[in-house]
Formats: sequence, structure tokens, C-alpha cells
Amino acid sequence: MLREEILKNIEKDSRVDLHELAVRLGATDEVIASEMKQMEEEGVICGYHTMIDWEKTEMESVTALIEVRCTLQRGQGFDRIAERIYMYPEVKSVYLISGGYDLLVTLEGRSIKEVSSFVSDKLSTLENVLSTATHFILKKYKDHGTIMAKKSEDERQVITP
Amino acid sequence: MRDPLSATIKTIKPSGIRKFFDIASEMKDVISLGVGEPDFDTPWHIRDEGIYSLERGRTFYTSNTGLKELRSEICHYLKRRIGVEYDADKEVMVTVGGSEGIDIAMRAMLDPGDEVLIPQPSYVSYEPCCILAGGKPVIIELKEENEFRLTAQELEDAITERTKLLVLPFPNNPTGAIMERHDLEAIAKVIEKHDIFVLSDEIYSELSYKEDHVSITQLPGMRERTVLINGFSKAYAMTGWRLGYACAPEVILKQMLKIHQFAIMCAPTTSQYAAIEALKNGDADVAEMRDAYNQRRRFLMERFREMGLKCFEPYGAFYVFPSVKEFGLTSDEFAMRFVQEEHVAVVPGTAFGNSGEGYLRISYAYSIENLRLALERMERFIRKLRA
Repeated sequence: MLREEILKNIEKDSRVDLHELAVRLGATDEVIASEMKQMEEEGVICGYHTMIDWEKTEMESVTALIEVRCTLQRGQGFDRIAERIYMYPEVKSVYLISGGYDLLVTLEGRSIKEVSSFVSDKLSTLENVLSTATHFILKKYKDHGTIMAKKSEDERQVITP
Repeated sequence: MRDPLSATIKTIKPSGIRKFFDIASEMKDVISLGVGEPDFDTPWHIRDEGIYSLERGRTFYTSNTGLKELRSEICHYLKRRIGVEYDADKEVMVTVGGSEGIDIAMRAMLDPGDEVLIPQPSYVSYEPCCILAGGKPVIIELKEENEFRLTAQELEDAITERTKLLVLPFPNNPTGAIMERHDLEAIAKVIEKHDIFVLSDEIYSELSYKEDHVSITQLPGMRERTVLINGFSKAYAMTGWRLGYACAPEVILKQMLKIHQFAIMCAPTTSQYAAIEALKNGDADVAEMRDAYNQRRRFLMERFREMGLKCFEPYGAFYVFPSVKEFGLTSDEFAMRFVQEEHVAVVPGTAFGNSGEGYLRISYAYSIENLRLALERMERFIRKLRA
């Protein structure tokens, strides 16, 4: 239970002060620190990233979702082909999907052209890739549980009984 | 022209909160810790059911007692949470917030001169509702040394031949105090002995951090003499929907329903449909919000400890009630200077009765970030006062 409580908190704010987290969860600093260390070692905690809305920066960037249909190699399943795809650094995520296609790949590039050339030059030419369908993201409303479209304001009366 | 007003209404003082509201609302960068409602939005699936009911054109009155399905769900919920059974047809009614239930229970039960025991500090509406119903409020001043719980002795000492009703406001706004089973057992004996009734306002029942909330209706012989008030505002973050309920033995509820029928007709229909969804599928939301409040509660208590500010540990609602007696200021003076000098709004304990003198109500229905910032200012302010 404590683990889940820690995770729920750092998922929202990975920069939380560990002493404060211990106070909030009614645990000691040592217990929190050792749980976190263990979870890092076990790969439960995989990293401490920052949510960035790149659209608000000077950086040009586009994100695409790519549906990939593949053929399977004997004895290797999807893992081999997935690995071939996720090794590219521009690939942000790869999921095996049930339904109409096999892999869902998210890709970040500086421009539509850059993404297109990755798809046509690298992804489509992989031996086991049958077909791809590329969808460009036009606007991010919500990502990782965070609403990016608008900031919420406290609309309550200042003082109420 | 003749005086248009009733003599009774003129005896009722306006709420002590008003003054701070006026000051705080005019300041731009004020941080408020003065709010008595959740900071969470109503969970989306509940709002969605409200919207759906509007789309379906469910915009008519419901029966006076409220939708049958909602009353049944209320009964299931009470059975599940406190193990007490009520008859959905005869012993439950849906009200416009818990507040309406308090008002109509008093009006249904009091005759002129009947004494109503009101433990304070407590919510601001018991005393006026009692007076308007013709009753005579008798205040029991709760003490910090008892963690602001009501003791059997305090109750015994306040009872006279005219005592009709005891208001039992736990978990408590503004102190955050709770009554545990043994506390309730002790007062139940006194209640039975003197044959008085109980108005148990359990609106904060889901926000109890030590053990599951115990309702006085769970104790033998108490359900028969208790009007149980609860609602959706605090547990499901639904304050603006204005929806509560009252459960009582048929003999009382039938008369409360009469007042409700003539004064209100029925609680808002949209809210009733949303509330069905809340009771059916809202347990996880409640648990999540309770966890968040509990974290903030622990955080505040630790910060008070660091500042050396005296505060008993409250286990309910979303308030802490620290003592400011060491500074030689009244609650009012402290709160006034705090908002003027540090732009943090809190509510002086005296807004909830004279026995709140020397205390502040601090609400933790705010994000941790907000609390952190406000407490930095508080620490600075206290240091200045101590210097």
C-alpha cells in the first residue's frame, strides 16, 4: 500500500521533497528513501521525467502516432520487430496493440518532413513491416493525466462557513 | 411605517465570517485558507449523469421525498457504511443540502421554550435554526483538553427538564474533532436516561482519518431517537448541487416531510440523478479524496509542530484548529492582522461560538502547494509576533 501511495504522489510530482512526502504518508524518511531505492532497482520506477508543452517554446516539433502492421517471424513474435523500431532514438514509445493493427509507435521530429522521411526510409523498409498509417498530432489537450489546454482557477468564494 | 420585521429575526446576529470575506475578497494576492468546501471538482462520471438527465429532459419535480431509486441507494449506502437499516419509503427524505435537514428537523421537533443543546465550536446554522423554530439554544462549550469531543459529564451538566434535543456535530466543522465509539457510548447512556432526542449532523462522515466514522445510530436504542443528517457536498465534492438527506423514525420524518413539501417541494432533480451515480459508483472517488485530505492534514500538523504552534490532532473533516492564545491576541485580532499583513485569510474560531476564542479554523481543502505557501507566510507572521 505504501508503495502505491508513494508512486501516486511522485507520478504527479517527481520533485516532491522526500521528507515532506514521508510526513504526508505518515512514514519515516528512511522508509520512504529505501522504498524508492528498491523500486528504482526493480524497475518499478523507470525515470523521473518532466512534462513539457513544447508548443509553448521556440522549438519546432511535431508528434505522430503511427499504426504499424507486421508479419511475424517464426519463433520470435513481435518482440524482435518491436526492438528494431524502439532502438531509434526519435521513437518515443512502442506499444503492442490488440485489434486492427499490431504496433502503435509515437514519434517526435522537428518537422512533418522529418517524420515522413523516417516513416518512408526507415520504418516501412523494415523487413517485417507490411504497412503503416501515420497520424500527426495537431494539438495536445491532455497528456499523462495533465490538462494542457487551460489552467484551472479556484472559483470558490474566498471564505465560507 | 410599522416595523416590517419579526422580533425573532432581529435577535439573530449576522454571521461573523462576513467581515473577513469583505476584506479578503478585495485583496488581489490573498491566499485563502478560509473555505468550507472541497477543492476537488465533482467526479466527472457524476457530473456526466447530471448532464445526461438534462439531455433526457428529466426537468420535472420529483416526489416530495425524492426519487425512489435515490432513496434506495441511500439505504444501501448506509447499510454498507454504518450497518444501519432505514426504510426507503418511510424513513428517508432527500433535502436541499444537509442544511435544510437541520432546519426542518428543528421545526418538526420543537415547541416554544424547548431547550436544544448545541455543542460549540460548531457550524453556524444550528443556533439560528433553533431560535427560528421557537427553541431555546443551550450552548455546551467544548474543550481542547477533551480534543473538542462531547463528554458525558458536559452533557449531563447541561440537561434540564426542558431539554428536548441534542445536536451532535461530528466530525466537526470547525475543530476537526471526531467522536469515537467509546465517546458515543458514554453520551448514549445520558441521552437514554433523560429521554432526549439527537440531531446527528454527519455531513463529514466520509472524512474520518483515524478509524471508520461511527454514527450514534449504530448504538442500541439510539436509531429510534435520532435524526441523521448527511449529504453529498463533502464526500463527493458536490456543494453546489445542494443535495442532502435526512433519515429518521417515521413519526418524525413524516412531519419533516410536511414542512419540506410546503416550503421546498423537492430537491433539485438534476442533482438527484447525479447523486444516484455518486452512491452507486463513487466509493473510489471518496477514498481518493480522503487520502489526499489526510496527506494535507499530516503535512499541516507537522508544519505547526515545526513552528511550535499548539494544535490538538484532529481526525475528521478538513479543518485544523490551532491555538493562538500564546500571542496575547484574540482570534479576531490575529485573523485580522494575518490577512492585512500577510494576505492569508483564515476564520477566527469565534465565528463558530464563544468557545472558539483563542483558536483559528484553517481549512485544508487546498492543494499542497497552496498550503505550503500559506504556511510560509504564517511562519513569518508568527516569528514577527514572537519577536
